Amino acid sequence: METKTTCPYCGVGCGVVAQHDPRRCDTLAGVSGDSTHPANEGRLCVKGSALAQTLGHEGRLMHPRIDGCDVSWETALSEVASRLAGIRKRHGGGAIAGYLSGQLLTEDYYIANKFFKGFVGTPHVDTNSRLCMASAVAGYKRALGADAVPCCYEDLEEAELVVLTGSNLAWNHPVLYQRLRAAKRRNPLMQIVVIDPRVTDTCELADLYLQIAPGSDIALFNGLLSYMADKGRLDRNFIQHHAEGFDEALAAAQQEVPDIEAVAERCGVDAERLETFYYWFATRLHVVTLYSQGINQSSSGTDRVNAIINCHLAGGSIGLPGAGPFSITGQPNAMGGREVGGLANQLAAHMDYHTPGALDRVTRFWTTPGLVPTLPDGPGHKALALIEAIERGEIQALWIMATNPLVSLPDANRVRAAIKRCPLVIVSDGVARNDTLEYADIVLPASGWAEKDGTVTNSERRISRQRGILPPPGEARHDWWILCEVARRMGFGEAFNYRGVHEIFDEHARLSGFENDPQATPENGYRLFDISGLAGLDRNAYDALAPIQWPVNAGAPHGTARLFNNARFMTPNGRARLIAVTSSPAIQQPSHEARLMLNTGRIRDQWHTMTRTARASRLMHHRSEPFIEVHPATARAAGVTDGQVARLHNALGEYFGRVRVTTAQRPGELFIPIHWNNQFAHQARASALIKAVCDPVSGQPESKQGRVAMSPITAQWEACLLLGRDAPAPLEESDWWARIPQVHCQRWQMAGETSFDWQAWCEHTLGQAPTLWSEDGRRGHFRAACLQGGRLRWWLAVAPAGTLNPMLGEIGWLDDCFAYETLESSQRRRLLAGRAASSEDAGSTVCSCHQVGQKSIERAIANGCNSVEALGERLACGTQCGSCIPELKKLIAAQAEHRDEPVEQVSV
Amino acid sequence: MTTATMNTDNAIAQATPQERVLIIGNGMATQRLLEQLVSRDERPQDIHVFGDESTPAYNRILLSSLLAGEVDEAAIRLHGCDWFETHNITLHCDRRIHAIDRATQQIIDDQDTRHGYDRLIIATGSRARLFDLPGAELRGIHGFRTTEDVAALMAAEDYTRRAVVIGGGLLGLEAAEGLRKRGLEVTVVHRAAHLMNRQLDARAAGLLAEALEQRGLTLRLGRCPVAYDSADGTHVAGVTLDDGEHLAAGLVVVAAGIVPNAELGFEAGLAGDRAIRVDDTLTTSDERIMALGECCEFERTTFGLVDPIWAQVEVLADRLCGGDRHYALTPSATRLKVSGIELYAFGALTPEPGDEVLQYLDADHGDYRRLILRNNRLVGAVLYGDTRDGPWYFRQSLDQNDLTPCRDTVLFGAMDAIQQLEEAA
Repeated sequence: METKTTCPYCGVGCGVVAQHDPRRCDTLAGVSGDSTHPANEGRLCVKGSALAQTLGHEGRLMHPRIDGCDVSWETALSEVASRLAGIRKRHGGGAIAGYLSGQLLTEDYYIANKFFKGFVGTPHVDTNSRLCMASAVAGYKRALGADAVPCCYEDLEEAELVVLTGSNLAWNHPVLYQRLRAAKRRNPLMQIVVIDPRVTDTCELADLYLQIAPGSDIALFNGLLSYMADKGRLDRNFIQHHAEGFDEALAAAQQEVPDIEAVAERCGVDAERLETFYYWFATRLHVVTLYSQGINQSSSGTDRVNAIINCHLAGGSIGLPGAGPFSITGQPNAMGGREVGGLANQLAAHMDYHTPGALDRVTRFWTTPGLVPTLPDGPGHKALALIEAIERGEIQALWIMATNPLVSLPDANRVRAAIKRCPLVIVSDGVARNDTLEYADIVLPASGWAEKDGTVTNSERRISRQRGILPPPGEARHDWWILCEVARRMGFGEAFNYRGVHEIFDEHARLSGFENDPQATPENGYRLFDISGLAGLDRNAYDALAPIQWPVNAGAPHGTARLFNNARFMTPNGRARLIAVTSSPAIQQPSHEARLMLNTGRIRDQWHTMTRTARASRLMHHRSEPFIEVHPATARAAGVTDGQVARLHNALGEYFGRVRVTTAQRPGELFIPIHWNNQFAHQARASALIKAVCDPVSGQPESKQGRVAMSPITAQWEACLLLGRDAPAPLEESDWWARIPQVHCQRWQMAGETSFDWQAWCEHTLGQAPTLWSEDGRRGHFRAACLQGGRLRWWLAVAPAGTLNPMLGEIGWLDDCFAYETLESSQRRRLLAGRAASSEDAGSTVCSCHQVGQKSIERAIANGCNSVEALGERLACGTQCGSCIPELKKLIAAQAEHRDEPVEQVSV
Repeated sequence: MTTATMNTDNAIAQATPQERVLIIGNGMATQRLLEQLVSRDERPQDIHVFGDESTPAYNRILLSSLLAGEVDEAAIRLHGCDWFETHNITLHCDRRIHAIDRATQQIIDDQDTRHGYDRLIIATGSRARLFDLPGAELRGIHGFRTTEDVAALMAAEDYTRRAVVIGGGLLGLEAAEGLRKRGLEVTVVHRAAHLMNRQLDARAAGLLAEALEQRGLTLRLGRCPVAYDSADGTHVAGVTLDDGEHLAAGLVVVAAGIVPNAELGFEAGLAGDRAIRVDDTLTTSDERIMALGECCEFERTTFGLVDPIWAQVEVLADRLCGGDRHYALTPSATRLKVSGIELYAFGALTPEPGDEVLQYLDADHGDYRRLILRNNRLVGAVLYGDTRDGPWYFRQSLDQNDLTPCRDTVLFGAMDAIQQLEEAA
């Protein structure tokens, strides 16, 4: 059985086809790309390809819990309702807050927004989209008058020039990267500029790469605006008729960076390269600037967005095919959340509190015969302010849905303390364990991907169905159902009476079109977000809904690929606004010893806090442990070496990760991944090092410009312990650890200062003496394994700190050994060798899809596979999702370099 | 300075085809020597071999298999009389040589027949070292060196259920296992604290002891016999140990070392300490007489294992064909097979200060190896259980290869280590 649905990861919003064995209700047989979905046309990245492996009931939250005890739904819902009602009665609705997520479906989101704002009467509803999208939203609103992404994915393919800034597209939006790559192959004239302080895999596609200093984005784009003006490369007609604020914006730009040399100085890049970029941009109309967290996650994120949009408006590069400022969202349904108004500064359906008539309009729309909503009259606390309000005791109840803020919010340790103080914490989640659940008073089991049913909107405004294929495990329920049941118990039942998710969507669609007149001005009720064309769908029509881009209304019944092609913007006068912006320094500045710049971000194979991706062990191979990327000179100065575990610290907290020395980093700057948390490693939450400071307009935290000190840890030994699934690891004796789930076992990496007699340690700590062991005492190497009845129970390798990982064998093979009922005699010594006898060492995994290792690839290159295609033919690497292609190219280039080295002439 | 080890290299140490060559002893060394000679045109044409056993030579290594009943006598025989005929070699079976008359270049057999030689080769081997204990003359006390010994041991099951084997080295354990397989209750008495202490470290010996005990052998380690006793005054009935324990036994096998059969040479005035001294051309103190195998000593070393003796055979065969090769002591590995338990050992057995010891143990499966590294070079190894990598280790030791690049994997076998060494090269 096959069902079309949508991938739950990044903002590309790929369509996937789920293969489903009707006899199995816990997992899917497989997942492949949906060739009919316009976002991906059949492509799928490594994370998407591994979706089926993230399913299964193990580790899922099955039952409601109150104070740690399983309870019935009836008890849980009544308790939630009565506790919330009590707090509302005593302290007012404003003492209750919701913290939502871009993982929710639009219908869930809509109900949550309606529940909290409309009937609990609190404005304090924010979402984790605050951490990734808020600046993009604020920038669009300032410039275009609405949170409206002008572009569509095809624009990337039709552009003459694509500027990728603050976006590691190759890793974070792999399918878009593949589309761009294919387009560039078709059109060799297309040029691509990559702007990033780090050399990322995305650079592989770049005709021009600018390694700018962190925080110099505004100077860069201001320089561009000045350049366009200097060279007479402005679209005077567009500026005159469709824009305003140009003169002020240009003046600000010119004042900040009078000439290219000044920009070069500020950005730390070569003036000639800079001029090349400026020339390309200024001489082309069909330019797409695609940006993501590198732009948004800053205390001047909104200004950065506007600095970019300014250039597009000045050149008229908007509202045309292949042109526009294009924000790519991080989450699958960040856009859906924005559409329902799920952010604290929004009201509903693209209406803000200050939008004339909006409060009245929404109130009337949500009014039922017996109930009148009690909407708050102004915006609520954005995420960081929400935490402060909890600290002050103003917020008495917090309901967190589908997100893990104790990992993701900046200054995570402070967030922990705040949440701990909050009298009532309700958490709805799909997994049984995560950092946030540990702080919950009431835990509600929610359905997850492949179970949830509804719609999501991707980065190009495309609404797609995510379909419920599997029944939720245990007693898990959909978020909208949970909310409606609580609402009913609080006396709001009449407003939350839905026979199905399609009725919620219908209401959402109707609200978007409610008193929404495209002929009117934005001040008289016109909203760009209008899907009234999708109102009135019955269950069947809703189920059959094909992907479609909003607006969808009478004027555009088949949706709208591109906005603003009439150059009519959503401002009161219809003109787009250039905003005068100048650089402002990061709020986080060097202090005491915390002098290194800390950048944070995603890695290719993980998603958010790993609650799902870590379930697919093959996604753990690309980067298995929390790490720290650092320039060689910086590493030297800090006394850390490649492969060692090092500690980052500042006044807020600490982070441990394995050092990866790389020239991809600028000196003095570090990069760490955002994914790891207490479930997977000791002190590896990136957010613990980030100060809770944010952009004054968007409220988005400054997550990419932390300040830290780095020092080596004093571990004497490192160990890799593989434990059969259920056994707990003895972590109390190690100073550092990381857990790496495998298919049949759990891999624990540990490090510590105090050495042990390892044979005795095994017996004492693991409860069993080793069945087999090996020892190289002088070097501090010890390996052991325990078998019971021929079955592998645990496996241990110990080595002096910093030397263990390079010599670990094939963990995959060892993992397989845990599955065998009986290990052959011939395999037993191989256990300690850590690799199968018959096969070659494949090396660390490069291609996750086909599990091809670096050493295999290097051997194939040595044997003549000198192209990505040839490697694909031979090993299948890079042929599925293609996200390893940059790494493949690097390996080919490395070997070519090696060959080109002068060799001694040998006569034959 | 004239020592036997000096490289004499005089012309006399290289034979000519016309010489008459007599060989005393028809054991494995002689057999191998003859095999080498017959393949070469320059061989001495007139060769006589004198053996004191009634049968042609056999593979002594297989005596334990013969005892255990796993093979029959025909299967361990090396060459029959017809082989000698085919190759024009005269074999004198059942002929013990009494004396060597160096003055006349003759040897005298037990029928007082004299046989003249141009060149004499002594390859009389060795015999079991028996103890001079009270009761040593009793019947039922045997060595384990010949097919006759095996016949006596096999006959013992007709009159006794219990046997004591003195000596927990390779030979003793082989005899013990052979007897056990024939249904006897066997106790092994060994003077050292662990079995095969010349070849194995304590842990390997412990594994071996455990495996043998599981099979039903009884072990008395760190014990010596002090007396044999008898009920009827003629036949042995038991052994008393130094701790006073009395072991009842109708059969005693003494396999606690060997004594070179050097008397014949010594009586003829040949030089030597424990055995007949030879130089690096295998020539004794008489330039017309050479010696080979367990009966000779070279640089104060006597021999009991095949590897160095095979090397001597190479040199001697070459010399007899007019060549000029020299013998030198080379490290040799001990490959042992005690009733299906594989062992492989070479080099240093006890680590010196500064040496590094790498160990691997799978106690359940009786798999153990221990390597001793000195300056990252392998100087000694004990492999117990799976010994397939033994030769590779041995070569690494001989070549004195720096094993630093494969240090992580060297313990686990040649395959991984070779890969790492290649990558490092």
